[in-house]
Amino acid sequence: MTAAAASSEPSPARAALEVNNIEVVYDHVVLVLKGVSLAVPEGSIVALLGANGAGKTTTLKAISNLLHAERGEVTKGSITFYGEEVHRLSPNELVRRGCIQVMEGRHCFAHLTVEENLLTGAFTRKDGRAAIQRDLEMVYAYFPRLKERRKSLAGYTSGGEQQMCAIGRALMARPRLILLDEPSMGLAPQLVEEIFAIVERLNKEEKVTFFVAEQNTSLALRHASYGYILENGRVVLDGEAASLRENEDVKEFYLGLSGSGRKSFRDIKSYKRRKRWL
Amino acid sequence: MAELGPVLEVLLGGLMSGVLYSLVALGFVLIFKASGVFNFAQGAMVLFAALSLVRLAEWLPFPLALLVTVLIMIAVAWTVERLVLRPLVGQHGLILFMATIGVTFFLDGFGQTIWGSNVYQLDLGIPSTPWFLFESLFPGGILVSPVDVFATVIAGSLVLALSIFFHGTRIGRALRAVADDHQAAQSVGIPLNQIWLIVWSTAGIVALVAGMAWGSKLGVQFSLSLVALKALPVLILGGLTSIPGAIVGGLVVGAGEKLAELYIGPLIGGGIEYWFAYVLALAVLLVRPQGLFGEKIIERV
Repeated sequence: MTAAAASSEPSPARAALEVNNIEVVYDHVVLVLKGVSLAVPEGSIVALLGANGAGKTTTLKAISNLLHAERGEVTKGSITFYGEEVHRLSPNELVRRGCIQVMEGRHCFAHLTVEENLLTGAFTRKDGRAAIQRDLEMVYAYFPRLKERRKSLAGYTSGGEQQMCAIGRALMARPRLILLDEPSMGLAPQLVEEIFAIVERLNKEEKVTFFVAEQNTSLALRHASYGYILENGRVVLDGEAASLRENEDVKEFYLGLSGSGRKSFRDIKSYKRRKRWL
Repeated sequence: MAELGPVLEVLLGGLMSGVLYSLVALGFVLIFKASGVFNFAQGAMVLFAALSLVRLAEWLPFPLALLVTVLIMIAVAWTVERLVLRPLVGQHGLILFMATIGVTFFLDGFGQTIWGSNVYQLDLGIPSTPWFLFESLFPGGILVSPVDVFATVIAGSLVLALSIFFHGTRIGRALRAVADDHQAAQSVGIPLNQIWLIVWSTAGIVALVAGMAWGSKLGVQFSLSLVALKALPVLILGGLTSIPGAIVGGLVVGAGEKLAELYIGPLIGGGIEYWFAYVLALAVLLVRPQGLFGEKIIERV
């Protein structure tokens, strides 16, 4: 009864993640994010959209505190994970608290077997072998293909299997929030659908919140509930996934559709003008 | 070929000095495996550890001196991690390699400044008179040095322990993960700094063992740090990432150079022992760049 009431009426869920007006600078000079703000409510799938170089990966790495290794730095603004300031935490402490990133390009450990890869995901856990073994079975239940390949070196598995392995590895940490960077990269469309379907199932069944950076706008908006569009290090548009899908600008620039035939160049300029102030 | 005895003696002697090379190579492999850094300072660490031990043993009972030396090597590992690796995280391998060259010269110099630069005798209490084996089979038997036997036993158990550690434990798995991909390891919550501290400490302890074995043979002196150069062909032969490879590589190099001296040496006037290993390494590089046991270079096509 209460659950039905909650779902019929979008109650303001607790924010798992809040990003407040952050700026990120690489090498002390290159300003990549110019004031990005966004929120990811608990239990949702939120998409971060944008073209190459828009700043999606940088945003995710700022959240998971992995920027340091690339000489990047959050110079302004704040990021909180369940109310806790992220920049005070090491990546290790963040994973412990339930925020884990699946990096762009999978980054499986090539010389470890698939199963060893999954087990490294449980590195931060202290709840014993039995619990870890249970979760391993859970991951294999979601990704039966990984079970078949469990003894092969991850480096020899296919791109799709590596993506599954990377997501499974993150699941092994028992996360509350997974930052998923460009899961569709280099994969066949059918496989991408399969992966997104599993992401949706994980979201519903395992109560994992997802924040997904994706170039493939139509795909991401079909699976996410909310979307942010990033351009040149700024959020230029955000909204419910359904309304973004109907938005004329999004259709024109990201979905490659245009309802009213060829647009004149003036309209594009007006869009660009608007973008500047957003 | 008439006399098998002397040949066996040469072979055995070669194998055992090979084990000593392996001990040094092992330190390289450990660090390379876990941090992708080719630690040129391994030889300097051998010298530093041996010097610390031999000088401390002058005032302290030997077990205590050994313990303090282990602590010193952990302190060295900690310092290197703090001052060199951490600021350079994410940099190209060559930059890290250059940094370890810096560490090499620092450790060589600093070690000799605080501990002195004379030749010190390291007495492990192992009898120095050689043993003669199989006297009934061969006239005169086969001469074996007890120090070499000691080194072989130690090296063997070290390798066994390390293999179990790397493949059977959570930390070992994390070490291999870090070796594969720093960033991904960090993203799943493996703390790089702790891992590096563990692995450099382990390499420091391996250096200490190597220093003890070499030091008791040659005396503890500056030239100990040059054994690192002898470990290079061993590494190339065995593969930079394989612990068993370091051992087998050492055995092949040790036995190979002695046998080459015996058989090919006389034909070209001797002295072959000093460069044979490098030629062997070169040949291996041409045929099998990852070494005999190195991790396959995985490349998806």
